[in-house]
Amino acid sequence: MNWLKPFKRALSATVISATCVGVSFTASVVQAEELGYPEKEELRFGFIKLTDMAPIAIAYEKGYFEDEGLYVTIEAQANWKVLLDGVIDGRLDGAHMLAGQPIAATMGFGTEAHIITPFSMDLNGNGITVSNDIWEQMKPNIPKMDDGRPVHPIKADALKPVVEKYKSDGKPFNMGMVFPVSTHNYELRYWLAAGGIHPGYYAPHKGDTSGQIDADALLSVTPPPQMPATLEAGTIYGYCVGEPWNQQAVFKGIGVPVVTDYEIWKDNPEKVFGITAEFAKKYPNTTVRLTRALIRAAKWLDENNNSNRPEAVKILSQSNYVGADYDVIANSMTGTFEYEKGDKREVPDFNVFFRYNATYPYYSDAIWYLTQMRRWGQISDDKSDEWYKELAAKVYRPDIYKAAAESLVDEGLIKAEEFPDFATEDGFRDPQTHFIDGIVYDGTKPNEYINKFAIGLKSGDKI
Amino acid sequence: MTATSIVSKLSDNQVLSPKAKDMVNNITRMAVIPLLGILGFLLLWSAAAQNIDTSLGKFPGPAAVWEQFGSLYEEHTTERGKEAAFYERQEKRNAARMEKDPDYVPKIRAYTGKETFLDQIATSLVTVMSGFLVAAAMAIPLGIAVGLSKTLNSAINPIVQIFKPVSPLAWLPLVTMVVSALYVSPDPMVSKSFLNSMITVTLCCLWPMVINTSVGVASIDSDLVNVSRVLRLPAMTHVRKIVLPASIPMIFTGMRLSLGVAWMVLIAAEMLAQNPGLGKFVWDEFQNGSSNSLARIMAAVLVIGFIGFLLDRGMLQLQRYVSWDKSSADR
Repeated sequence: MNWLKPFKRALSATVISATCVGVSFTASVVQAEELGYPEKEELRFGFIKLTDMAPIAIAYEKGYFEDEGLYVTIEAQANWKVLLDGVIDGRLDGAHMLAGQPIAATMGFGTEAHIITPFSMDLNGNGITVSNDIWEQMKPNIPKMDDGRPVHPIKADALKPVVEKYKSDGKPFNMGMVFPVSTHNYELRYWLAAGGIHPGYYAPHKGDTSGQIDADALLSVTPPPQMPATLEAGTIYGYCVGEPWNQQAVFKGIGVPVVTDYEIWKDNPEKVFGITAEFAKKYPNTTVRLTRALIRAAKWLDENNNSNRPEAVKILSQSNYVGADYDVIANSMTGTFEYEKGDKREVPDFNVFFRYNATYPYYSDAIWYLTQMRRWGQISDDKSDEWYKELAAKVYRPDIYKAAAESLVDEGLIKAEEFPDFATEDGFRDPQTHFIDGIVYDGTKPNEYINKFAIGLKSGDKI
Repeated sequence: MTATSIVSKLSDNQVLSPKAKDMVNNITRMAVIPLLGILGFLLLWSAAAQNIDTSLGKFPGPAAVWEQFGSLYEEHTTERGKEAAFYERQEKRNAARMEKDPDYVPKIRAYTGKETFLDQIATSLVTVMSGFLVAAAMAIPLGIAVGLSKTLNSAINPIVQIFKPVSPLAWLPLVTMVVSALYVSPDPMVSKSFLNSMITVTLCCLWPMVINTSVGVASIDSDLVNVSRVLRLPAMTHVRKIVLPASIPMIFTGMRLSLGVAWMVLIAAEMLAQNPGLGKFVWDEFQNGSSNSLARIMAAVLVIGFIGFLLDRGMLQLQRYVSWDKSSADR
């Protein structure tokens, strides 16, 4: 088994305690007094047409890349697989990635390659949309407010009777997500499972990577921009995807977003910027410099209480970036979210790029994704808490982030208090309580966390 | 009553001399009828467009597409402006660095902005022509050899027959993987994506040219071959003086066929592999799903068609110019 390799390697090496892990990976980055010129100046970055690619577009358009002496070409990719392969085979130097992609690639689930991330791109930004037909069937199960609008957040409990009806009629209840290791897959699963709908297990050791074992709702992969079209065609009844593709469904009148990921898990980490470990090692200055440019772009996006967002939306609506209509993108980027047509609500933190230390690569974020991979069987065997921490430290590289942030502070471009306190930061967020099912997540105890779920594999379980 | 019959009635009028009558007929056939055809198509198109509601709004009519041509051109000029600014900034930055670090050898980097519609057209044209020329360079000599030798023909024929009907798109994944495995260089001369599209085009251009060339060579008039025998021409002279001229019409027929196929394949390949060019333009617009997307795609469709037409005409003119058999060009 491929994915066992790093585990065995890690075991055979001396047992490293969790605290040294953070330090042990700092060695490879040169923390020079003054940052040198980039070793590689012409770079090619990939992205998928989603609004959360904004930091890359802004770093380009606002000249932050050029300020670092980097000449970057930005290229839209067909789907997440093509994008990941591009980074692995060197066609792309770096890319906008799903948080689960570097983790899974490093672990060897799917294509194996050592990908790292020095920069987390944003928080939140996804939604779950169902077709009009399903929405009509869900609606009677949802409590109403005084003005007749449904109470949010809507739980999957409202969807459960619908799924059961389909099941008893012998019809498969199909839903779409964007990639097996995508944040969307785990969020959709989390939401469904919290409402008692089983999203199915993976069993990679038996060659089953469809993720539909024991499933009530069958999830399959569709590239984000094609989601609305697939929903319209009736191939799937609902999907979980990033913006603007939920708002697009409202505009086209083909579906209704029922819940945002902000409501499933408040301020959840979403995309990361992925590069290969080899790239970071070969071009340390370039790596720090591109991280600097991205941090500045993220800051610009959240500056002065989102006042730059309209300009950002204008840039994103250009055909070479996201390319959807201004109004569609603006809906979610400027702090509102439209559920049912006309039901527009304030969600000021729907897209967070810089606030709440959004750009800092927390180990605990990586570990949350690992716990979900274990919960749904993508990791088929039990792992120790240490294993989770080691893998997280292999992929998430706060040391590079720290070098970039500190040099920005030295140059006076960003104030030190806008970053986490690097002297005390250990890479683990405090236990997080804002989940839709009320279960508390503590990144330092992954195994204990997995055992808390009613649906999902627990310690000792194997498919 | 159709336009043709009106015009033919007019020309039947005895007042016109026979010569004038011919001229009227010609003008009618060459200009008036096609124009009417186009007009009819535009009317049908806009009428149909009015009635098709897609999830991206109404299907674009001729007016919407025309507007997009304007905005595409505008985007092109804005992008050129940005490009000039990009180079200016770069020069300043290089100069600043030279002051700090005298050993630095300044390098001017190519513009990193987006490719406009016009750039995409140019990319597609360059790709198709290079793929086509590479194919011609291989297929014509091979075709001649196969046409001259019955043994070689029987050896190669099964391979050609098997590969000919393969959709070139089936080759694409293989080509992509092979190129990325074999073409490794830190500072590549041409990009991998260009090679991918070009090789795919080459692969599908090869077969029609091989077949037509070999048939052309094999069916040379036996008198000509006999003349060559009597004169005891050396092999190369035989090919140059007898075989090539005699089979030019067939070779060109093969080339025209190939170029047509190549153009169609290229667009599909670009779309599938996300290689730069018109196909990628179409796919990107489809993915964008903005309210202008359909009109832009329609604009691209018209341009693709028009370029395909021009390529075919170009080959035809070339054939007329080169070939001795003027009638073959009209087929």
